[in-house]
Amino acid sequence: MSPGTFVQLTGPNGSGKTSLLRILCGLLAPAEGEVKWQGADIRSLGEEYFTSVTYLGHRHGVKDELSAVENLRVSNALNGIEITKERARAVLEQMGLAGRDLLPARLLSEGQRRRVALARLLVCNTKLWLLDEVMSSLDKGAVALVRSLIENHLAGGGIAVVATHQELELASGLSKRLELTT
Amino acid sequence: MLRWIVWRDLMLAWRRRSDMLSTVFFFVIVVSLFPLGIGPETQLLRTIAPGVVWVAALLASMLSLGRLFANDYHDGTLEQLLLTPQPVFLVVLGKTLAHWIVSEVPLVVVAPLVGLQFDLERQTLWILFASLLLGTPVLSLIGSVGAALTLGLRGGGVLISILVLPLYIPALIFGAGAVEASIMGMNPAPHIYLLGAFAIVSLLFSPWAAAAALRISLE
Repeated sequence: MSPGTFVQLTGPNGSGKTSLLRILCGLLAPAEGEVKWQGADIRSLGEEYFTSVTYLGHRHGVKDELSAVENLRVSNALNGIEITKERARAVLEQMGLAGRDLLPARLLSEGQRRRVALARLLVCNTKLWLLDEVMSSLDKGAVALVRSLIENHLAGGGIAVVATHQELELASGLSKRLELTT
Repeated sequence: MLRWIVWRDLMLAWRRRSDMLSTVFFFVIVVSLFPLGIGPETQLLRTIAPGVVWVAALLASMLSLGRLFANDYHDGTLEQLLLTPQPVFLVVLGKTLAHWIVSEVPLVVVAPLVGLQFDLERQTLWILFASLLLGTPVLSLIGSVGAALTLGLRGGGVLISILVLPLYIPALIFGAGAVEASIMGMNPAPHIYLLGAFAIVSLLFSPWAAAAALRISLE
């Protein structure tokens, strides 16, 4: 995949969209074949590969006990980007969570928690985004927000692989569709 | 990096204080049942004290080990932790350190107090404190391997006890042995040294073993 490529994974339930994404991010070992990143097998790259990848699974990885700000700061710090509280609040405001960012995440709705998880995309500087069903439980405004996030990412030379049931029409970029069957 | 993992886990534990308190109360109650059940026979109580306190500490740590990775596993944060650009053993080490601070240190602190019920002398209480301080990291470290192996399994709580308790035996023997030696008026140092050696060995091997087990559990 060259820079600026967008791949949309579609297919019926159980066709292996999630498995493919997990293989691409290295959580799952492929039964055969190998995944290569910049010419090298990701298994041999190890942790180095993870500096270029952001994976958001359908379990969104937001801690219920922590507030949105804490969630965002911790998840970024663990990926090597330490941000200040003010910056975290600004990012969350951009995601439409102003006024909710200091509440424990368990008080937020499913869609709002998803927005907290997606806020990471605004901070990270990774090349490859692997997004699994991130549009579920998002309202129209948020879907538009995600679309513009992905468009900006592609315009900056990034790559995005998105598994989704909803059609995602992008204004620009090399858009591909990969339809999986059972 | 390690700092952030430890901070995160301590914060989470603080927001769910009841979990932490239940472990301590379990320990205090189990230890206190023996003097109540046996009655005021000081000689017998002094003899059984080291074993009882140590066994109670092992059982109490079983209560908290199940939570070490399970909560993160269920909400998807464990995947995210594995995908961070740092070695997985460092993640495990950070979580284990936080587990020790949250679940084991309180036991170490209250142990001399509950030890009073067994008519132990002051010096012996100090040895009890020292042996637990050195021995409880072993419980967290070896326990992390068991917790990683049983992650996501049904009935994981029982399985983890069967897996991990036998591995605790050296810590139990040397830990309780040190206290026993002190009660007999002998030098507890050899037991303490052996316990320290066991702690170092488990520090060297457990995080790697647990990291490998986590990768397998998440596939």
